[in-house]
Amino acid sequence: MSYKAKFRVWRGEGGEGKLEDFTVEVNEGEVVLDIIHRLQATQAPDLAVRWNCKAGKCGSCSMEINGKPRLGCMTRMSTFTEEEVITVTPMRTFPVIKDLVCDVSFNYQKAREVPSFTPPKDVRPGEYRMKQVDVERSQEFRKCIECFMCNNVCHVIRDHEENKAAFSGPRFLMRIAELDMHPYDVADRQVSAQEDHGLGYCNITKCCTEVCPEHIKITDNALIPMKERVVDRKYDPLVWLGNKIFKRSSS
Amino acid sequence: MEIERHDYDVVVIGAGGAGLRAAIEARQQGKRTAIVCKSLFGKAHTVMAEGGAAAAMGNVNSDDNWMVHFRDTMRGGKFLNNWRMAELHAKEAPDRVWELEAWGALFDRTKDGKISQRNFGGHEYPRLAHVGDRTGLELIRTLQQRVVALQQEDYETHGDYEAYIKVFAECTVTRLLKDGDAISGAFGYWRETGNLIVFDAPTVVLATGGIGKSYVVTSNSWEYTGDGHALALLAGAKLINMEFIQFHPTGMVWPPSVRGILVTESVRGDGGVLRNSEGKRFMFDYIPEVFKDKYATSEEEADRWYTDQANNRRPPELLPRDEVARAINSEVKAGRGSPQGGVFLDVSTRLPAEEIKRRLPSMHHQFKELADVDITTEPMQVGPTCHYIMGGVEVDADTGAAAVPGLFAAGEVSGGMHGSNRLGGNSLSDLLVFGRRAGLGASDYINGLKVRPKVSEASVESARKEALAPLERTGENPYEVHQELQRSMNDLVGIIRKAGEISEALEVIEKLKERVQLVGAAGNRIYNPGWHLALDLRNMLLVSECVAKAALLREESRGGHTRDDFPVMAADWRRKLLVCSTTDGSGVTVVEQAQPEMRQDLFDLFDRGELKKYLTEEEMDR
Ligand SMILES: Cc1cc2nc3c(=O)[nH]c(=O)nc-3n(C[C@H](O)[C@H](O)[C@H](O)COP(=O)(O)OP(=O)(O)OC[C@H]3O[C@@H](n4cnc5c(N)ncnc54)[C@H](O)[C@@H]3O)c2cc1C
Ligand code: SF4
Ligand code: SF4
Ligand code: FES
Repeated sequence: MSYKAKFRVWRGEGGEGKLEDFTVEVNEGEVVLDIIHRLQATQAPDLAVRWNCKAGKCGSCSMEINGKPRLGCMTRMSTFTEEEVITVTPMRTFPVIKDLVCDVSFNYQKAREVPSFTPPKDVRPGEYRMKQVDVERSQEFRKCIECFMCNNVCHVIRDHEENKAAFSGPRFLMRIAELDMHPYDVADRQVSAQEDHGLGYCNITKCCTEVCPEHIKITDNALIPMKERVVDRKYDPLVWLGNKIFKRSSS
Repeated sequence: MEIERHDYDVVVIGAGGAGLRAAIEARQQGKRTAIVCKSLFGKAHTVMAEGGAAAAMGNVNSDDNWMVHFRDTMRGGKFLNNWRMAELHAKEAPDRVWELEAWGALFDRTKDGKISQRNFGGHEYPRLAHVGDRTGLELIRTLQQRVVALQQEDYETHGDYEAYIKVFAECTVTRLLKDGDAISGAFGYWRETGNLIVFDAPTVVLATGGIGKSYVVTSNSWEYTGDGHALALLAGAKLINMEFIQFHPTGMVWPPSVRGILVTESVRGDGGVLRNSEGKRFMFDYIPEVFKDKYATSEEEADRWYTDQANNRRPPELLPRDEVARAINSEVKAGRGSPQGGVFLDVSTRLPAEEIKRRLPSMHHQFKELADVDITTEPMQVGPTCHYIMGGVEVDADTGAAAVPGLFAAGEVSGGMHGSNRLGGNSLSDLLVFGRRAGLGASDYINGLKVRPKVSEASVESARKEALAPLERTGENPYEVHQELQRSMNDLVGIIRKAGEISEALEVIEKLKERVQLVGAAGNRIYNPGWHLALDLRNMLLVSECVAKAALLREESRGGHTRDDFPVMAADWRRKLLVCSTTDGSGVTVVEQAQPEMRQDLFDLFDRGELKKYLTEEEMDR
């Protein structure tokens, strides 16, 4: 059941490089990451690739397979024909360190710019009471494995280096929404989402939602509601206060 | 080439649950703290944990309390546990879980709005705080975000996010440095550039996780090369309980490339059952004598238990992991396995499809994507996989201090807490409880220091030579040596062991040690996985030698150590720990050491009839 597949893999360091051709064995049930590992073990021992869990849980193995952002460990070889040439390249939006490995520090920097969870001062650990329905919205966003493929695919920064300073990308706009919807968070996040993190740049193309391996509805459930909250807020600042009180009214 | 230097109070090696909790504590104690890890921040192995964190909060069954949890933990470990650790763990776990909630974690809820708790093997009551089946992700993300919160505080006061706590991601430590007897720092390299780095620091907290990559079939990732175990040995510390390895009963068996990947125990906790090729729920045939009165003897009783725990006994699918793994092994050997060499794990006939998707979303996803199996309509095929090492650095229970002054350890790399077998869910809580304690221990040690130990240039030079050596050689490819080690450990020191096979494994290890001296890494220093593996091999071989030597000496079967030639548990052996050490790293010595006697008030928490099953007559006479 095994066959020889044709792979074209990006090789290179620090801004330079080219696609290299490989012919490599593929066995039943294998995923693209298995094939990259086979290349390392047999033909290219210094081929660089990130991975950890090999089960779609850690978000390390993001790459572009035939131009589409995918997790290497969750892309089965059976989704391609045996004749197809499979092209594997690093994520395009971030600088390449070597081969398939990118410098993703942009994301960690943006993460640090989002003010942390801010509970009321008078609740002590162990006293939190929240209904399942009230935590579910934020829980959806906390499924995020930080593969950064949504940030990679978003056109606002994909080919626009100049927007990176002002735009946190879907991953971290969603983090703001997550905190805004947390029943116990009391920080004011809506103005800052717009002014400090570039929510206004998003024109809801939904490309981020399409690539999310966790199937999080980033645009519909995080970005659009966040935009609506910002608009409501402009008309009526009291709405925000009302929302905050409402968030925990059921508990 | 210049070696980069950094000064810290505490260097935490590892950014999983244990490392992050230790670093948070050290920083909260006002210590300048470095977190060093091999992967990106937020990707450590802890992220993979699924089922939950065990803590006797009593939210679902109010009869639960620390004493019940303590008893379950000791039973699960067959009474070989360090009882002081088991005590601290049971007492402090609830506070550690609640603290996560105050840092932003969102656990699943009970009807009255508290943290929900689920059933797991060996736990008497529903005890695991969880978020669906992605609890590890929640835990690591919360701790990661707590580190960021502290960095934001430091930015407010000092104008620098990294004034007190900094993450060195994709950086591997290869040696601990000492001044006389005491720790003075650590040496490593940046994976990204291959540049070398030295930390000057009076304390090191090891939180490097486990060793599973010495086995072929494992649920563990590439990070699990036993680095912390080896670093501790090489620095003069001792390892205990290395013969005890947990083979998780349910790993995926098909397709071959995902063999070993974990299927969470929550599948069984939430009602899933194990069947053989004849359709029989075989676990009823494998309830061991010591657990006879705690487990159901009929399917009817077992099924009633899910809704009425007060009047029924638990289903045998929820026996401790060592029992279930051995049972599956026996069924397969007896020819009653599934087509792909495992057994059937079925939840499709037990819960409605919607409920399965809600409670076990990542299992649903994992089987669909990787095996083309829809677990809401058909059974999974599963078999044992190397999952967790109970053994590790011998530490002081209260402070996490190892035998070397300035060295601390917490989490999977430490030993003692779980005895001969860990209960599911007890690791995540262990990370939090002992991570915090190790961070405190390191801080207190620094407060008591009169002079700061110094890094000697000679030790840096020899660490530098060792690290660069594979790049200068053109010998064998490290992947081949690695594969041979994995196969040998899997086949010869696996789930069922015999003296002859273990000795054979030791011979293989001796030969591989010679080959490792010659392996070469093609390519340069920039993000070169072949070079990284060549360096990891030293650690895997040292640790494998510990496992095999201790396994050969322990002539009994207990928890994660099953000897075909000594199939029974021997009360005399319970009193002995096997302690590994090395003088120069060329070989490992194992000696017996007496296990300290349990404190009277803890002893009195058990029924004497139960204790008799584990203790010698002499011990019962107190
Ligand atoms: C699939 C799976 C599911 C699990 N589910 C559960 C569960 O539901 N409940 C439960 O309680 N337990 C569970 N466990 C066990 C538990 O997840 C682990 O035991 C635990 O996460 C280990 O945490 P740790 O902090 O000790 O180390 P890890 O989280 O493994 O972190 C180790 C860290 O050390 C770093 N490191 C290692 N070597 C070096 C070096 N040389 N230099 C620098 N850094 C280094 C790594 O990069 C990493 O950051 C599960 C395990 C697996 C594999
Ligand atoms: S929906 Fe918004 S954030 Fe998402 S890809 Fe489109 S523009 Fe970017
Ligand atoms: S939201 Fe989805 S695509 Fe974006 S980083 Fe998280 S998991 Fe990846
Ligand atoms: S290796 Fe973890 S997501 Fe692919």
